[in-house]
Amino acid sequence: MRRTETLLAIGGAALLVLLAILAPWLRFVLTIALAKGVAVLGILLLLRAGQVSFGHALYLSFGAYTVAFLAPAMPEALILMPVAMLLSGLLGLVIGLFVSRYRDIFFSMLNLAISMVFYSLLEKLYHYTKGTDGIRVGVPRFLGMALERDQFEWAMFGTALVLALAIGCFVRLYLASPMGQALSAIKTRETRLEFMGLPARAVLLSAYVLSALMGGLAGSIIAMTTRHVTPLLGYWTVSGELVFIAILGGAGAALGPFLGAVTFELVRVYAAASFADAWQAILGLVLLGVILFFSRGLWGMVESLWRRRA
Amino acid sequence: MSDVLLSAQGLRLAFGGVKAADGIDLDVRRGEFLAIIGPNGAGKTTFINMTTGYLRPQAGIITYEGQAITGMAPRRIVARGIARSFQLPQLFTEHTVLENVALAIAAREGPWSPLAPLLRPRWREEAVDLLERFGLTSIAGARADALNEGARKLADIAMAVALKPRLLLMDEPTSGVAANEKMEVVETLARVLRAAQVTAVFVEHDMDVVERFADRVAVWSQGRIAALGPPAEVLSDPQVQRDVIGIERHAAA
Repeated sequence: MRRTETLLAIGGAALLVLLAILAPWLRFVLTIALAKGVAVLGILLLLRAGQVSFGHALYLSFGAYTVAFLAPAMPEALILMPVAMLLSGLLGLVIGLFVSRYRDIFFSMLNLAISMVFYSLLEKLYHYTKGTDGIRVGVPRFLGMALERDQFEWAMFGTALVLALAIGCFVRLYLASPMGQALSAIKTRETRLEFMGLPARAVLLSAYVLSALMGGLAGSIIAMTTRHVTPLLGYWTVSGELVFIAILGGAGAALGPFLGAVTFELVRVYAAASFADAWQAILGLVLLGVILFFSRGLWGMVESLWRRRA
Repeated sequence: MSDVLLSAQGLRLAFGGVKAADGIDLDVRRGEFLAIIGPNGAGKTTFINMTTGYLRPQAGIITYEGQAITGMAPRRIVARGIARSFQLPQLFTEHTVLENVALAIAAREGPWSPLAPLLRPRWREEAVDLLERFGLTSIAGARADALNEGARKLADIAMAVALKPRLLLMDEPTSGVAANEKMEVVETLARVLRAAQVTAVFVEHDMDVVERFADRVAVWSQGRIAALGPPAEVLSDPQVQRDVIGIERHAAA
């Protein structure tokens, strides 16, 4: 399955590039999908430990606003991204020190609560954040070059794709490592970990910080792609969307989140265009179908189809 | 090097009105197999829980290698060389038996690179070797939630042994093991532990196992140690026979 996964990842990446060439307007949608996929990879790490965060839009919006605030002073995409990522990771460390003490519903709700506090700040501190109007992000330079809008969109799409592949690889290795395996051990028998001398909190905290790093990075890509950030990016429905995508794509492998994110964004775009009032219902039906018939998500579906063929 | 590996003095712990430890004094000698017997509710598991840091005694002190470990967190106690197994096996049910043992090895060896796999060659070899010594080779690839009780029990102990402890506390290692396999299981266990020079304290209800494998036996009764000594001596004591073994035989029947 490992080689299959690599092949599928490369095939999938090629398909996305092809789509972006054939339908240029999809480039924007796909860049957002890839960014969300990266954020969902972070959700997947926490899901391995049996923990669901309903507040990871916090890191998405934090990364996005970091870009919005710093872009005028530092208009270079390849600096803005790592800075947003690192600051978000730092925030994740501070919050993680607190939330990693809790499990299950308490973990979910605390994340939700903290993210909603941040959302309110974004909305209320009008003087700094321009409230619900949001902040416009100018086109930053890319590798020192001032690109045309079209070229910049290509650059962002390419960057998102490369980062998605790299982080996907990292997550795959991480999940197979003792650290990743200990994450699933938290889900099944946390006390035993302590009696083996492994601090479960530290294991969960590491995953939490990683998820914050990924969320911040995703947020920075979204900010530079949409070029307008509003508090909505930090609203709880966006957190819910990330969990939705994780379940839709399947938490079994690093490809799941991207499969989920691309499907989600495409269904949303097409459903919204065809049935403007009913697109959420259509997404809901798609998820219902996946949960009922493929509890391991779209990735589980691909896996079983592949097995049947082999 | 002192002869005493673990020493408990004046341990007291009450749950509401129930005295689970009511002044426990016990020295565990280096290299011995010490059996703990006694009726249910006498405080046997509580002693293991206090020694491994799961419960904190309300009074008294526990020293290991001459240093106080009373009330330390479980993982600090493990780091000093005390491991335990559980009455109800505590396995990682989504993992295979091999991965369960490898996780224990990883825990002992940490910290590690986040990118090297759990089943790296050296750890896999060690886990395979350990499972072989426990006679569990045939189920190494099975998921831990698919095992029968006896195998789960042994896998649970194998995980504790993988931590390379100097002192191993086992809570009823033979409960749930089929009667006809019991002696064989204990035989295997004793061989592995002796070879690794592990001192063992184990709670046991089967007097045949105690007689055959324990160097000393401690009789627990209402949070106190009622008798302590070589099995032949303790088990033939009329009072122990009446108060403990009578109950045990009755319970076993």
